[in-house]
Amino acid sequence: MKNTNAGILWLKSHTTPFILSIPLLILAVLVQAYGDTLLVRIVTVLFINLVMVLSLQVFMGNSGILNFAHIGFMGIGAYTSVLFSMTPQAKAATLPDLYPFLRPIHLPFLPSLLIGAIAAALVAALVGYALMRLSDAAAVITLFALLVIIHTILVHWSIVTNGPRTLFGVDNYTSLGISTFFGILVIFIAYLFKETPVGLKLRASRDDRYAAASIGVNIVQVRWAGFVLSAFLAGFGGGLWAHFITSFSPYAFYLTETFSVLSMLVIGGTGSVSGAVLGTVVVTLLREGLRAVENSVNIAGVFPNNLVGFTEVVLSLLLILILVFRPSGLLGSQEIRLANTIPLASGKFSASELSRESSPKEGEHV
Amino acid sequence: MLSVEFLLNAITLGSLCALLALGLVIVYGILKLVNFAYGELIMITGYTLYLLNASFQLPWLVMALIGVLIAMFTSYSTELVAFRPVRTKSLSAMLITSFAVSTLLQNAALLLISPRARAVPLPKLFSASLTVMGIAIPWRNILTVVTSLVLLIGLTLLLKKTILGIALRAAADNFRMTRLMGVPADLVISTAFVISGLMAGIVGLFWVGRTASVTPTIGGAPLLIAFVATVIGGMNSLLGAVVGGYIYGLIFSFLGVMLPQTLLDYREAFMFLIVILILLIRPEGLIRGAGTGERVG
Repeated sequence: MKNTNAGILWLKSHTTPFILSIPLLILAVLVQAYGDTLLVRIVTVLFINLVMVLSLQVFMGNSGILNFAHIGFMGIGAYTSVLFSMTPQAKAATLPDLYPFLRPIHLPFLPSLLIGAIAAALVAALVGYALMRLSDAAAVITLFALLVIIHTILVHWSIVTNGPRTLFGVDNYTSLGISTFFGILVIFIAYLFKETPVGLKLRASRDDRYAAASIGVNIVQVRWAGFVLSAFLAGFGGGLWAHFITSFSPYAFYLTETFSVLSMLVIGGTGSVSGAVLGTVVVTLLREGLRAVENSVNIAGVFPNNLVGFTEVVLSLLLILILVFRPSGLLGSQEIRLANTIPLASGKFSASELSRESSPKEGEHV
Repeated sequence: MLSVEFLLNAITLGSLCALLALGLVIVYGILKLVNFAYGELIMITGYTLYLLNASFQLPWLVMALIGVLIAMFTSYSTELVAFRPVRTKSLSAMLITSFAVSTLLQNAALLLISPRARAVPLPKLFSASLTVMGIAIPWRNILTVVTSLVLLIGLTLLLKKTILGIALRAAADNFRMTRLMGVPADLVISTAFVISGLMAGIVGLFWVGRTASVTPTIGGAPLLIAFVATVIGGMNSLLGAVVGGYIYGLIFSFLGVMLPQTLLDYREAFMFLIVILILLIRPEGLIRGAGTGERVG
């Protein structure tokens, strides 16, 4: 009896992931039932974006470190999962020089996704432990350097990635149902991670590095845990994306995509899962709307040249405006939850991690 | 392998890198902002040359001068419009802003001009070369080295002899104290951005000269070079940036000769591996600046 009561109490104070996922679930069901092909595509993309943005939030939101390497892990997950899920015939067509031991491997979709995610997590685990010692500008530059290194390897390791050329022949497995399932799963994972002891310690290290260290938080260790989980989920997202888009090149996993995912997270609010979800929904819909405008203007031939880059111009302006006027994002660090059930570990103590009050001393090693 | 040509090429590349790194560090030293929009200033210079050439008949030097001025002005206006309001917020907010400004400028070029490469006018001298003792040295390389030296000397004089320069150096060392001494923060930061734009503009002239064309993404490569060079030399020291730039030129040219063909493609990855290793082992770089690294807005 006591256990059930405790369980109900816990649920009552952690309504956020339910409140966030129910509308999304309803949206997915409605679109599946009544939507046309275009709408199904848009909502599938929305859920894949959700996986990417929430996985970024897991590390960046809780640790306060701007993570440029994130999309690199998405790329690792995409290419690895594809290597396992493609049929040997498709591999022979698109990757003729592939290592012989990889050629006959043909796994179902979900195990391939998992292997892709594990590969991304392994890379993160290997390089991460040393990198997590760095903070602030040094950390940002190193993670940026990591993105460049991963990108260079993806572009030049032709045997596995088909080099800078497009890799084709991937089967389309990521349906609306699959992406909805994983999008909502990641909402729960991101929220629960925030509330675990590790997540709590990580947030403490974000708000005040020295205070956290002084009460015994091993900052490198908690950061590392967040980084690896974030990369694992990013690898998953990459696999989902790869099996949705079915032909892609390494250039898909570089600065443009980084900007896209980063803008979703920052516009919504880095510090909370609710903010990340809101940002993803708002920016995805805005992007699709702007794309539609771009396309119709191009088809109508209003301008002599095709309209390219319009979407990004509007989004970057929006991002700058948000940073100037509301630097902690639309939602800040507040989680959406039912009233009267605010638990102790609410975000209100860290409402300002993108504003200056709580930012610790810069440029020092942990 | 270690021929005269090799050394000359390394020094030419090094000079460009030194200027690039200097422009990045002069802002970083004061604001602790790694300006991602720095590469786009090079793009702006390139497009100014292209647009001027397409519409007016002007001597190249005049166009070049206007190109550099526009880069300086763009640098100043990004500071005014985007960086000044977020300056007092967190480091991440400022970095994301600079990333957004970079994306904005790139896509504005894409939108307003074209995604395709555009031809840029070059002076005749750029394609000529000087033959000394049987070695042909392109005039472009000589000009690069000489211009860099002149700029470095000029900047040194500015920083050592003028009040503005002393204020800049003081701000790079300890911005809060400098402000307490009555130096206006806005002036110092704006000056740093203008100098940054000057460096980018002048490098831009030579950079677009390599291919005689300009694309919206042309700023990417020089930005990455500036990153590596500043980390090698030391993020908190102007001298470090110059040293880092020349070392970058040497290492990059060395790798070009030393690496076997199969690994040559990964040269960029090696350069960034050096960055990571330096930041992990000796984060202050080769030359340790006086600054404590504390950022004050």
